[in-house]
Amino acid sequence: MFNLERWQEIFETLSKNKLRTFLTGLSVASGIFILVVLLGFSKGIENGVKSQFEQDATNLITVWTGVTTKGYKGLNPGRYIQMKNDNFEMISKKYEDNIEYETALYAIWGAEVAYKNETGNYRVRGAMPDHQFIENAEIESGRFVNQSDLNENRKVAVIGRKLKQDLFKDEDPIDKNISIFGMNFKVIGVFIDPGGEREEQQAYIPLTTSQKVFNAGDNIRNMLFTVKMSDNFDDAVALSQNMANAVETELKQMHTVSPDDTSAVRVFNTLEEAKKIYSLIGMIQSVFWFVGIGTIIAGIVGVGNIMLIIVKERTKEIGIRKALGALPMSIVGMIIQEAVFVTMFSGLFGLIFGLGLLELVGPQIESDFIKYPQVDFNIAITTVFLLVFAGALAGFIPAYRAAKIKPIVALRDE
Amino acid sequence: MIQIKDLHKSYHMGSNSLHVLKGINFDVKQGELVSIMGSSGSGKSTLLNILGMLDEADEGQYILDNVPIKNLNEKIAAKYRNQFLGFIFQSFNLINYKSALDNVSMPLYYKGVKRKERTEKAMHYLEKVGLADWSHHLPSELSGGQKQRVAIARALASDPKVLLADEPTGALDTKTSYEVMELIQGINDDGKTILVVTHEPDIAQMTKRIVNLKDGLIIDDSPVQQVRASLHV
Ligand SMILES: Nc1ncnc2c1ncn2[C@@H]1O[C@H](COP(=O)(O)OP(=O)(O)O)[C@@H](O)[C@H]1O
Ligand SMILES: [Mg+2]
Repeated sequence: MFNLERWQEIFETLSKNKLRTFLTGLSVASGIFILVVLLGFSKGIENGVKSQFEQDATNLITVWTGVTTKGYKGLNPGRYIQMKNDNFEMISKKYEDNIEYETALYAIWGAEVAYKNETGNYRVRGAMPDHQFIENAEIESGRFVNQSDLNENRKVAVIGRKLKQDLFKDEDPIDKNISIFGMNFKVIGVFIDPGGEREEQQAYIPLTTSQKVFNAGDNIRNMLFTVKMSDNFDDAVALSQNMANAVETELKQMHTVSPDDTSAVRVFNTLEEAKKIYSLIGMIQSVFWFVGIGTIIAGIVGVGNIMLIIVKERTKEIGIRKALGALPMSIVGMIIQEAVFVTMFSGLFGLIFGLGLLELVGPQIESDFIKYPQVDFNIAITTVFLLVFAGALAGFIPAYRAAKIKPIVALRDE
Repeated sequence: MIQIKDLHKSYHMGSNSLHVLKGINFDVKQGELVSIMGSSGSGKSTLLNILGMLDEADEGQYILDNVPIKNLNEKIAAKYRNQFLGFIFQSFNLINYKSALDNVSMPLYYKGVKRKERTEKAMHYLEKVGLADWSHHLPSELSGGQKQRVAIARALASDPKVLLADEPTGALDTKTSYEVMELIQGINDDGKTILVVTHEPDIAQMTKRIVNLKDGLIIDDSPVQQVRASLHV
């Protein structure tokens, strides 16, 4: 392998048979190139979808209500089911052990919010302190709503970055008063949300305050819980699915809703959805892998074929070399070494080319569903070596056969 | 140098078998220049290939330079081919993508000679066949006579004990043939043992001994008055 003379002989052969070398190299390089690009995009899709999920907590259970569609126990369909504070408290107490964060919400859409001469319509949500964590929101300045704000029904507001930009421009909003439907609220904080501008065009106020100022009594619109995660993803999914089911059953009982009414009480289990999406990602990835492996197999077959042709084409040369005193093994070694060198070189070339393309084109095509297309370098390198090995093997069999035939038979080959 | 006794060789094609050599006996001494003659299909090439260890006899004894050639493994066969034998073929059998110089160095490469020495030696033999100026040309850029000269230089490169030439002039015109024979005679004058297969009587006349083959047997084996090729060039 490390015989300099042998390498010189091989470089000479390769450089004097450029077309042959080029074709072998091309089939390997393009195989690796396609694989790298495919795997890169598969990873990009995974990253993109995952980041979509990470906008909110992934272990979230959301509860909201609607109108009954089925009669039940003498009650007519068409009733609006209204959740109350004590529904939330009951569930909060009962599932205390499973719950990580919790909030009840009372929101108004399109509330008129103003600061000085600037006015706009924004969502205003009455929320509890945990809501910050459920939204994965970060405080840019000031603070979020806290428990004493709720206890004292304080008229305070935490505004999103976009809302702040709209109304305050460059001014510092903290401790300034904004008006919501003409009522004064003191700004206590600015938040940013990974969900982007849409989520940052709103204001949070204490739940109790919102119930009071919007005359909602003890009505609530939504309840959000996050479930404590266990290390095992499937366990976590099962746990949160159990809890979601139990909450749904319980609420339906409390409000006398038919168990098979799907619109009156709705419980959405993000983790369950996440699991579906992840398995979808998994499927996309397996498709990409499948195509990738197909490409590699095609590459291997291609290399094998080329090696077969090369050896066939060189039968006479092998005869000549044997007549001049070449050992059969030195001929096999020569052909394999050539194959290994060409596949290795072009494999690495395809790898670098593919990585370069991802690096260059990746940022351009970045969107909600594709982010940071990249390739696990180890996988890519392993594939190159796999192809090199395949090339060696594909070269070995015909080379061995050719080296075994009697020189006189090889010499007669035309 | 060469002793063969009762050599037999058959070719098998499916159920048919063709008995080509039916008991050949002859000896060649150091420094001889022997031609093997016979009509086409008489078994000349078969005999030469066995002598050159490119093929094996079915039966009989072959001793080359006091070494019995029998059931050799590939490794030893390769070594003997490299060190004892030099081949010259009718169709030259040069490697087409290698220059004249690289073709001539090839046996030295397999002998394990280092690159520098290889190039020097190869150049020396190319000079000897009068092709020093053509050393970097590919075979496709050479005439038939030049190709055969390169092949002769290659056969000489590893300084073998015996040169085996199978119709070395078969693909050449008369004038070129004589030039090649002149070269072969010169090499023989230096003491090299040479066997030439030919079916051309004028070529055979330029050797020192003619062995006549017919139907797989030697029917005549006699020395001749050598005609110097230089007289015809
Ligand atoms: N590999 C082979 N398989 C079968 N028959 C062969 C083979 N080589 C030669 N022959 C046959 O053996 C006979 C002798 O061939 P050869 O030694 O080449 O004759 P020459 O060189 O005298 O013309 C011919 O009839 C030829 O057809
Ligand atoms: Mg012949």
